[in-house]
Amino acid sequence: MKTYEKVIEKMILLCAVAATLSVALITVFIFQSGLPVMADYGVFDFIAGTTWKPTNGQYGIFPLIAGTLSVTLGALAIGIPTGIACAVFLAEILPPKPARLFKSAIELLAGIPSVVYGFFGLVVLVPAIRNYILPVFQIFDPDITTTGFSILAGAVILAIMILPTIVSMSENAIAAVPAEYKEASLALGANKRETITKVLIPAAKSGIISSVILGMGRAIGETMAVLLITGNMAVIPGSVLDSVATLTGTIAMEMSYASPTHQQALFAVGIVLFVIIMLLNLTAQLTVKRLGGEGK
Amino acid sequence: MSGVNTDRLKRKKSAANGVFYGVIGLLAALTLACLIIIIGFILVRGLGNINWEFLSQEPRRMGREGGIFSVIVGTIWVTLVSIVIATPIGIASAIYFTEYSKEGRLVKIIRFFTEVLAGIPSIIFGLFGFAFFVVFLGMGWSVISGGLTLSMMILPTLTRATEESLKTVPMSYREGSLSLGATKWQTIVKVVLPCCRPGILTGLILGIGRAIGETAAIMLTVGGSLRLPSSLFDSTRTMAVHLYMLASEGLSEEKTYATAALLIIIVLIINTAANLIGKKLGTL
Amino acid sequence: MEQTVKLAMPERSQEQAARKAAEEKAGMEKKFDIKKLNLFYGAFQALIDVDMEIYANRVTALIGPSGCGKSTFLRTLNRMNDLIEGIRIEGSIQFDGQEIYDRSYDLITLRKKVGMVFQKPNPFPKSIYENIVYGPRIHGEKDKTKLDAIVERTLKEVALWDEVKDRLDRSATGLSGGQQQRLCIARCLAVEPEVVLMDEPTSALDPVATSKIEGLLEQLSEKYTIVIVTHNMQQAGRVSDYTSFFLSGKVIETDLTEKIFSNPSNKKTEDYITGRFG
Repeated sequence: MKTYEKVIEKMILLCAVAATLSVALITVFIFQSGLPVMADYGVFDFIAGTTWKPTNGQYGIFPLIAGTLSVTLGALAIGIPTGIACAVFLAEILPPKPARLFKSAIELLAGIPSVVYGFFGLVVLVPAIRNYILPVFQIFDPDITTTGFSILAGAVILAIMILPTIVSMSENAIAAVPAEYKEASLALGANKRETITKVLIPAAKSGIISSVILGMGRAIGETMAVLLITGNMAVIPGSVLDSVATLTGTIAMEMSYASPTHQQALFAVGIVLFVIIMLLNLTAQLTVKRLGGEGK
Repeated sequence: MSGVNTDRLKRKKSAANGVFYGVIGLLAALTLACLIIIIGFILVRGLGNINWEFLSQEPRRMGREGGIFSVIVGTIWVTLVSIVIATPIGIASAIYFTEYSKEGRLVKIIRFFTEVLAGIPSIIFGLFGFAFFVVFLGMGWSVISGGLTLSMMILPTLTRATEESLKTVPMSYREGSLSLGATKWQTIVKVVLPCCRPGILTGLILGIGRAIGETAAIMLTVGGSLRLPSSLFDSTRTMAVHLYMLASEGLSEEKTYATAALLIIIVLIINTAANLIGKKLGTL
Repeated sequence: MEQTVKLAMPERSQEQAARKAAEEKAGMEKKFDIKKLNLFYGAFQALIDVDMEIYANRVTALIGPSGCGKSTFLRTLNRMNDLIEGIRIEGSIQFDGQEIYDRSYDLITLRKKVGMVFQKPNPFPKSIYENIVYGPRIHGEKDKTKLDAIVERTLKEVALWDEVKDRLDRSATGLSGGQQQRLCIARCLAVEPEVVLMDEPTSALDPVATSKIEGLLEQLSEKYTIVIVTHNMQQAGRVSDYTSFFLSGKVIETDLTEKIFSNPSNKKTEDYITGRFG
C-alpha cells in the first residue's frame, strides 16, 4: 500500500510540474527557432528596422511594433476609463441583484471568441468607419482616406475584448477596500462620490493598475481580431485611420506561406512578443506587491 | 471652514455628482449596448441560415455551399483530445497544490509558472505547436498536434477551477476519513474529489469554451482541411478557423454569419451552464 | 447581602462640582433632544422608546452590556445607520432644535457638525497630513496656509503634534494603535464639529494609549460635546459628566455620573454597576 501511495504522489507531482515544463519547452523552442535569424540579421536591425518585406529578405519589425503599440494604446485609451467606470458601477452603485446580472454580462463578453469579435469588426465597424467617421476626419483633412481597416477599428474591438479583465480585477480591488475607510469618509461629511473618488479608488490603486497591465498584455497578444480588421499593412501609421500590421497578425497571416527563412523570422517576431508579454506580466505581479494597499 | 460659502459649495458638489454618475452610467450602458449589439447582430443575421442541411452536410466549393459537418466533427475531435489530456493533468496539479504540498519555495515556483502559462498569447502557442508537434515530433498538421497544443492552453483553467473547488472542502472531511484508517489517496478519491464535481465540471466547461473559440494556435497546428478527419493524424478544420477563412476570403455571407451564430450559441450555452453550476455551488 | 458599591472617583475640581450642581437647576443647552426613539432592523427592534437629552460641552457616557443597543443609538445621532439596509427609525431626534431625520435636513451638514470616532482606528492609507485635511478639503477649504494651521491645531488638541510634526507626510498606517486613534480624533476635529461621538474608542488599545485618550476627553469637552459608548464602567466613571444605562434596547436610567455610580435610582442599574450581570 505504501509504495502505491508513493507512486501516486510522484505522478501527481509530475502533473503539477507539467505547466512548468510546458513553459520551459515553449521558451526553448521559440527561441531556438527564431534566434538564428535574429542574430544573423542583427538584433538592432531587426527591432529598429523600418522595412518589413520578407519576400525581399527585409525583416525590420519596427512597423509591426508600431502597429501593435498604436492599437494597444488606442484600446487602453478607450478601455481604461470604461473599465474603471464599470468596476465602480458594479462595486458601489448597483444593488446586489442587478450587479450579479451585470457581472454575468461582463463575463459573457469575455467568453466570445476573438474570431467572432474580428468578424463583427469586419462587417460592422470597418464599413462604419469608412462611411461615417471618414467624412468627419475629412472636414479637417480633405486628403485623408481610409478603407476602414484601421487602428481605430482595432482599438475599439480590442477595448471591448480587454474590458472584462480590467473590470473584474478592478472591481475586486475596490470591493476589497476595508469598509472602515468608507465609514470614516462618510462620517466626516463626504458624500458617496467623494468617498469613491478620494478614498476607495486610491486605496484600490494597485489592483486597478495591475488589471490595466494585464489588459495591456491581452491586447498585445491578441491575434484574430486585429488580423481581420487592421488591414495588415506593415507601415508606420500617421493617423488612427491608417492600416497597420501587428506583431501577432503578421505571424498568423504569413506563417502559412512563408519560406524557411521567412518562417524563422516569424519565430523571431514571436520571441519579441514573448519577451514583451513576460515583462508585462512580471510588472503586473510586482505592482501588486509594491503598491499593495499602503500607499499615500 | 468659516467663510466658505456652503450654498455655492453644495451646488458645485451637486454638479460634480451629476457629471460623475452621468459618465459612469453612460459608460456602463455603452458596455452593455456593445454586448447586446454584437450578439444580437450576429444572431439576427446568422440564425436564419442555420438549418439541418447546414449542420449535416459537408462543405462544398471551399465552404461557399453546403454545410459545415466536417468542420463540426473536426472541432469535436480537437476539443476532445485537448480535454482528455488536460483534465487529468489539471486535476492532478490542483490536488498537488492543495493536498500534497507545503507552501514552500517549490510550490511558489510551480504556481508562478502556471500563471505564466495562462498568460502566454495564443499565437505563441501556435508557433510552439508548429515547431514542436508538427515539425520536431513529426506529427504534421493534425488533430493530435492541435489537441496537444490546445491542452497546454486550457491546462491553467482546469487547474484553477479544480483548486478553487478543493479549497472549499472542509478539513474535517479529510480528518474524518484519515482517522478511520484510509490512506491519503483513498481520502482524496473517495471523499474530497466527489465534493468537487461541480467545480471541476465548471472548469471543464470553461476549458471547452476556450478550446472551441481558439483560432490562431489551431491554424498553425491543425491546418485547414475540409475533409472529414478519419484519424488523429489527419488535418482538419475547426469552426473558429472556418469562420476566419470564410470571413477573410469573403466566400459566402450566409455561411459566415451562420458559422458565427453557431459559435455564439455555443458560447451562450457554455456560459449559462457554468453560471448555473456556479449558482448551485453558491459561488455566484 | 446588598451593598451599594461606591466606585472610586478621581478628584474633580471644586469649580466643576459647583458647576454641576448649578446645571441641575438651570436649563442647560441641549445639543440633542431624543424622544420616543424606536429602531428596527427588519423585524428585530433594537431600540425601544428611547428618551434622552445630551447637553452641550459635557461628556455623556452610554454604558450597558453587549448588544444592548448603545452603539446603534450612537449611530442614529449622525445618521450612520442610514448605511444599513432594512433599517426603520421612528420617533424624534432633534439636534439644536431641528429634526435630523427630516427629508429636508442636510445630511452633510449633520455629519460635519456631529463627528465620529470608531472603535477600531481607521486612518486612511494616506499620509498623516492628508488624513487630517481630507475633511476640510471636502467642505471647501483650499487655502494651504489654513490647512496647515488646521493640521497643527488639531494634532495639538490630541497631543500628537510633538510626536509626528516631523513626519506629517509619512503614511498614517505606520503609527501605533494609540497614535492612530488620536489621529482619527484629530481628523474628526479638523472639520470643526460641535459634537464628537465616540464608539468604544479605546477598546482596541492598550492601557497606556487608553489613559492618554481618556486624558484628552476633559479638555475636549470644554470645546465640544462628547458622547462616548463604553463597555468599561470604570472608564465611564472616570471621564463622563452624565451617564446613561442601556439594557436590551431601553434606556433604564440617565443621570449625573456621580449619582449613577453612587446612588442609582433603578435597581437594574445598581445590579449592572455592582457587577451582578453584564
